[in-house]
Amino acid sequence: MTSHQPPAGTLRRAAAAGAALLVVCGTAAADGSEPRDILTIAIAQQVDSFNPFTAQLAVTTNILRHVYDSLITVSPETGEPAPALAESWEASDDGLTWTFRLRDDAVFSDGEPLTADDVAWTLTTMMENESAAVANGNYVSAFESVTAGDDHTVLVELEEPQATMTALNVPIVPRHVWEPILEEEGEAFSEYDNEDFPTVGSGPFVLTGHDRGRSITLEANPGHWRGGPRFDEVVLRYYSEKDAAVEALRGGEVSFVYELTQAQATALESAEDIHVNIADGKRFQAFTINPGAVTQDGEEFGDGHPALADRTLRQAIVMAIDNQEVVDKGHGGQAVAAGGYIPPRYTDFHWEPEEDPLAFDPEAANAMLDEAGYERGEDGVRVSPDGDRLRLRMHVHQDRPDNVNTGLILVERLADIGIEVENLTVDPGVLSDALHAGEYDLIFTGWTVNPDPDYVLSIHTCGALPVEPGTMQGDAYFCDEEYDELYEAQLAEYDRDARAEIIHRLQEVLHREAVVNVLAYPNIVEAYRTDQIASIQYEPAEGGNIWGQDGYWAWWSAEPASAEAAATGPSTGMWIGTGAVLLVLAAAGGFLLLRRRSTMEDRE
Amino acid sequence: MTSTAARPTAAGRARSVARYAAGRLATAAASLAAVVVAGFFLFRILPGDPVRAMTEGREVTAEQREELRRQFGLDRPLWQQFLDYVTGLLRMDLGTSFQYREPVADLILERIGPTVLLAGTGTLLAALLGLFLGARAGWRPGGPGDRVNTAVALFFWSVPTFWLGLLLIVLLASGRGFMPGLFPTGGMTAPGTTGPVSTVLDTAWHMVLPVTTMVAVIYAQYLMIMRSSLMDEKGADYLTTARAKGLRDALVRRRHAVPNALLPTVTLLFLNLGQVVSGVILVETVFSWPGLGQLFYSGLRVPDLGLVQGLFVVFAASVILMNLLADLVYPLLDPRVRP
Repeated sequence: MTSHQPPAGTLRRAAAAGAALLVVCGTAAADGSEPRDILTIAIAQQVDSFNPFTAQLAVTTNILRHVYDSLITVSPETGEPAPALAESWEASDDGLTWTFRLRDDAVFSDGEPLTADDVAWTLTTMMENESAAVANGNYVSAFESVTAGDDHTVLVELEEPQATMTALNVPIVPRHVWEPILEEEGEAFSEYDNEDFPTVGSGPFVLTGHDRGRSITLEANPGHWRGGPRFDEVVLRYYSEKDAAVEALRGGEVSFVYELTQAQATALESAEDIHVNIADGKRFQAFTINPGAVTQDGEEFGDGHPALADRTLRQAIVMAIDNQEVVDKGHGGQAVAAGGYIPPRYTDFHWEPEEDPLAFDPEAANAMLDEAGYERGEDGVRVSPDGDRLRLRMHVHQDRPDNVNTGLILVERLADIGIEVENLTVDPGVLSDALHAGEYDLIFTGWTVNPDPDYVLSIHTCGALPVEPGTMQGDAYFCDEEYDELYEAQLAEYDRDARAEIIHRLQEVLHREAVVNVLAYPNIVEAYRTDQIASIQYEPAEGGNIWGQDGYWAWWSAEPASAEAAATGPSTGMWIGTGAVLLVLAAAGGFLLLRRRSTMEDRE
Repeated sequence: MTSTAARPTAAGRARSVARYAAGRLATAAASLAAVVVAGFFLFRILPGDPVRAMTEGREVTAEQREELRRQFGLDRPLWQQFLDYVTGLLRMDLGTSFQYREPVADLILERIGPTVLLAGTGTLLAALLGLFLGARAGWRPGGPGDRVNTAVALFFWSVPTFWLGLLLIVLLASGRGFMPGLFPTGGMTAPGTTGPVSTVLDTAWHMVLPVTTMVAVIYAQYLMIMRSSLMDEKGADYLTTARAKGLRDALVRRRHAVPNALLPTVTLLFLNLGQVVSGVILVETVFSWPGLGQLFYSGLRVPDLGLVQGLFVVFAASVILMNLLADLVYPLLDPRVRP
């Protein structure tokens, strides 16, 4: 018996040591400085670079929007361009000279004032240095020159008029910090990651830390000209698995999660102290029909079904599909059935077909095909006038459940009009390769549309066709003379209403030609803890989203909930959790000792 | 069993040991070369274009894409990219990650600590638990203890790692109803944790669920090996001798049977590294553990060719190295297989 005393004693000592450690840790936590209001966001995407000239990924461009001001932002109330660094702006009569008047109270976080020189230097650097143009060179590609008129006036000379001048989404950086960096790094500038914290910027937050794969920290800049943010800190924490992030929100470890699935949103809706925000989509989900892939020189390539060059067939395909069914069954109701190309949240640019000739009408579609000479074969599948059987491949994004469901609907609906679909639900890489090789018939796509829709319109001009196979800029091999004329006209139109009118007509052409076919605008689904965030500004204010705003309204405006409520979880959880582990260990140890004793007694 | 021949001279033994070691080294080197070639081409067969994937949804022009392609070296002919990659490896340069824009070696160094900590702790505990339970199970095969233990171990072995991890998070981390969350849902430390004592404690607290998941999923293999190995030993004559000396049953098992049965499991510890690697990728992903597994997962999504091929080479090289070690160490432990 005595031989068993020592182990039991060891166990007791171990338990005591564990308890002592807990006490030490408890006091360490209590020692912390005064409580700070921290807003925690669960993110998954990694940081490519905090260098605003090269950063590509959504997470980093989003963060940098809070660190560096831009000239003009978007009003959450009207959705129209609103003053940021520039208090006012105007174009010359010929539309080629833009004058931006800067506010005089913008200051970088190191105390230096932000002047027209910083703006001119930032934009000129992007025009002159290729490696500095990687992220935002598209905004300055039509610039002739940028100069500082005086400390608070910036003059931009354009080669051609462009209406996108009020949507220059370019972070303005301090020249006194970046000029030496550019010189020092030289060729290696593209590798420069801008991780000398705290970074110097003029935005409402200052980047103060990045623990790769763990967290990113932003601190409030109380001296921001718009007024400092209410939260002291915004921390972005990595959750590589979205379901785990949802659990972290439930447990109070994070204040906000975004890009939720329907199932995750439903699960969270019943949870206490959590608000699920369902916002109008910025994105459209579409499928494009291969009208015959060609290069800009007219060289044909790929192996799209030849019959799809016929607009009648393409229109019949569109008429066979019920967009409301796509919303209800494909998106579980979490979307809006599509009209035009631009989502309805952009009220002035959005267009809906009136008395749509291509509205859902399978009977009319069948009649159209009969008349155009597409006869049904014995198996019910039609054959084109040229004798090609209408068996079409359809590439669907495997990683998007709503696309996969929508694909299944399309297979059924197209069967209704005698088209057989080979449903290829594939990896995004496979899909992208098929698109760029022109080796597809129907293919899924989707774009996030910015407040200025110029870019998503530009990808369907003839100029976006590939120079050589595989280099396409757009996603549809669409090329139409009328469309191109309208596109140029909207770009040169500085009157917003007149421009919106032209953009409506662009969408009409796109709809009529039935190459790019928008099905639905999926809602944005995100959730936050109301016991941590009392209020937060949506963009747009009505039905808007929190993550991925075009301004920095959300985190700048977020109001912390009362401190007592927010101080939940971790520390008490840690006590209980550690206690539970010790208990389990003690129980296991005790059980073993008992067993050992009993077996000995049995067998001796 | 070869000792019926004349006892080999010391010099002869040394020669045959050297030949054996050289043979093993050559095999390892050949495997490594194959891995290097495979690492390059395997990920280039992957569909998708890194530049397109990274700029997806961004308003970039064709020129911007071209510039990125040039920066990543993707505009160069394949053979030249391969040559750069191989010469880089010879200089211990694993290349540059597209998405992080950092040398892959730096990224790996940054992440290897957390992975070794997690995988090491997990493997160690799984081995201890598996060997302990396996010894008991194998001592009385078919008994109730054996049946329960084997069934439980095989159940966890067949459970998907991902699912088990999420289940643990849901049950123990986020808090349901009146029950508070006992453990963190992910990460290695809470942001803002400072000071050595609280960092160590916080890390330990964050490790509980990932380590539990890992142990649950992999301990079965140690248990099964130990069990069968002990069952082989059970009928051995030396155990009868030990019992005849009047030793208690538990002592016979602990002092005599287990040490002999341990031998095959030692190699298993080394050989298992491959499975540990694949297990740890999943565990790190579920628990957002900032290690190599999470890094690999983030690289595969792009595909970040520089990163994934570098990691692939490192993972494969460590498995090869461990196999080599097992080959070299085993003869020292077990005289019967000495060359």
